[in-house]
Amino acid sequence: MRTCLILLRRELGSYFVSWTGYIVISVVLFLIGLGFVGLIESLNVEPITSSVVELFFESYNFWLILVLVVPLITMRIFARDKSSGTIETLITTPITDVQIVAAKFFGALAFYAIMWLPLLLCIFVVQYYMPADIKMDYGKILSAYLGVILIGVLFIAAGCFASVLSKNQISAAIIGLAFAVFLFTLGYLSYSAPFQNGVISEILSYMNLIEHIRDFARGVIDTRPVVFYISSAALFLNFTLRTIQNHQWR
Amino acid sequence: MDEKPIIEVANLTKRFSGRAAINNITFTVARGEVVGLLGPNGAGKTTTMRILSCYLMANSGIARIAGYDVFSQPYEVKRRIGYMPENNPLHKDMRVREYLKFRARIKGLGWRESRKRVDLMIEQCGLSEVSQRIIGQLSKGYQQRVGLADALVHNPELIILDEPTIGLDPNQIRSVRHLIKDLSEKHTILLSTHNLTEVEMTCNRILILAEGKILAADTPDNLQKKISGERQIIAEIMAPISQLKEYLEFNNLVESFDVIPTDGGYMRCMITSKNSADLRQIIYEKAAASGWKLRELTRKRYTLEDIFVKITKKEKEEE
Repeated sequence: MRTCLILLRRELGSYFVSWTGYIVISVVLFLIGLGFVGLIESLNVEPITSSVVELFFESYNFWLILVLVVPLITMRIFARDKSSGTIETLITTPITDVQIVAAKFFGALAFYAIMWLPLLLCIFVVQYYMPADIKMDYGKILSAYLGVILIGVLFIAAGCFASVLSKNQISAAIIGLAFAVFLFTLGYLSYSAPFQNGVISEILSYMNLIEHIRDFARGVIDTRPVVFYISSAALFLNFTLRTIQNHQWR
Repeated sequence: MDEKPIIEVANLTKRFSGRAAINNITFTVARGEVVGLLGPNGAGKTTTMRILSCYLMANSGIARIAGYDVFSQPYEVKRRIGYMPENNPLHKDMRVREYLKFRARIKGLGWRESRKRVDLMIEQCGLSEVSQRIIGQLSKGYQQRVGLADALVHNPELIILDEPTIGLDPNQIRSVRHLIKDLSEKHTILLSTHNLTEVEMTCNRILILAEGKILAADTPDNLQKKISGERQIIAEIMAPISQLKEYLEFNNLVESFDVIPTDGGYMRCMITSKNSADLRQIIYEKAAASGWKLRELTRKRYTLEDIFVKITKKEKEEE
């Protein structure tokens, strides 16, 4: 457990010693800011019934960040160690493969959580300019943040698996992007005509990330998406672990 | 100290997509030994070391480190070895002390202990001047020392070094060799190389590996003796070539000879003796009696290089 935490700290720290971490955070800041400005602009034009939080999570900026930026975070997880050979020094230390995968996954997840913090700042800005008698619904904000983290768990686990498949960070990012787009469009399919009804439509609707986030932003924490995210993330992490162990057998 | 061998390998085989990288090898290494794995590229040195350090699994056979099985007790094995892989991969974005500290902690050392060991390693490996610098900006020689310090930081019983001096300049090679020699007083070392002077200088036993098999295992001196059964001497003599040839032709101790004129009127004679007799004294006496000038008289010593070429060649011919 302790070695796992040491490795996790190193993984998280490595985002901040190279340029990747800072670039990712600035890109995210820019996209969040852009989305926020768009939101405020549209609120100025006409009154809207749904809440600010809901509106943001329906904007394409949010999904752009998820689909594009997460592969950038995860691409280095294993690919960098594999290309530099440090995977060999890592595996030959007294640490289990499970600990390695766990430390690397949670390191990336911690970075992801930090990356979303500026969004909370935006909400405080809104709060500052609101009339004093109107209170923000903090429960909704928290459940939305939980939803964001849960989606991150799934996307990062998929990115982890993409990264272990490749030696090259760029191809790891591309595979990760393919996974992310696939996961995103899976839910989208349920909107399209051939899948409107029947079993397929029902299955697809369980995987509809957009609906899930909409629920979370409304303050509804449904256990079905929670189970879906955690179990599919576990599946991807298991694939990752098997791939590492498979390398020893080659 | 424990009398059990620290490395026991029996009938170890590893195949990569059908081709055997190592084929049924067996050897042991006792505590305190410095053993060199010697062989051409692709002989299976790296594979053997990777199996011993739990990085690869073998297809069959047994490998034990300090009595622990490499395949079923990897945790115990990994705690007892310090492994430096080929090309010495390091986290190049970290500082030397920071990196060693991280490695010490991940290898299970406590906070206080890791600090003590890291300080010791930095001193022992001559890294004091660069301890606050970023590893990627150091010269290859220093990086190699960082790799060695990393392998040693948890004070392992066995150190496995894969090509520790590859890609270094002669001065750096010398200093790394010195470091290895110092280490050999306290640790058991298994190192691989294709540099023959290196094993001659640092190891007290050699395993010659080629095409996945162990061809010879002995001390450098014994290998020398085994190979140079026939004795060859070299003499440079100033004498009329006809007289010299006549003398050598009719000497019944000479098996074969070769005379080549060299500079200054001297003849370079390569003489092989019958039944391993030492011809040096006889040649000297003959030269003195005949009034020939003699400027060199040596017995040809086989270098490890010759031994190596011979052993690997013999293997090829037998096939």
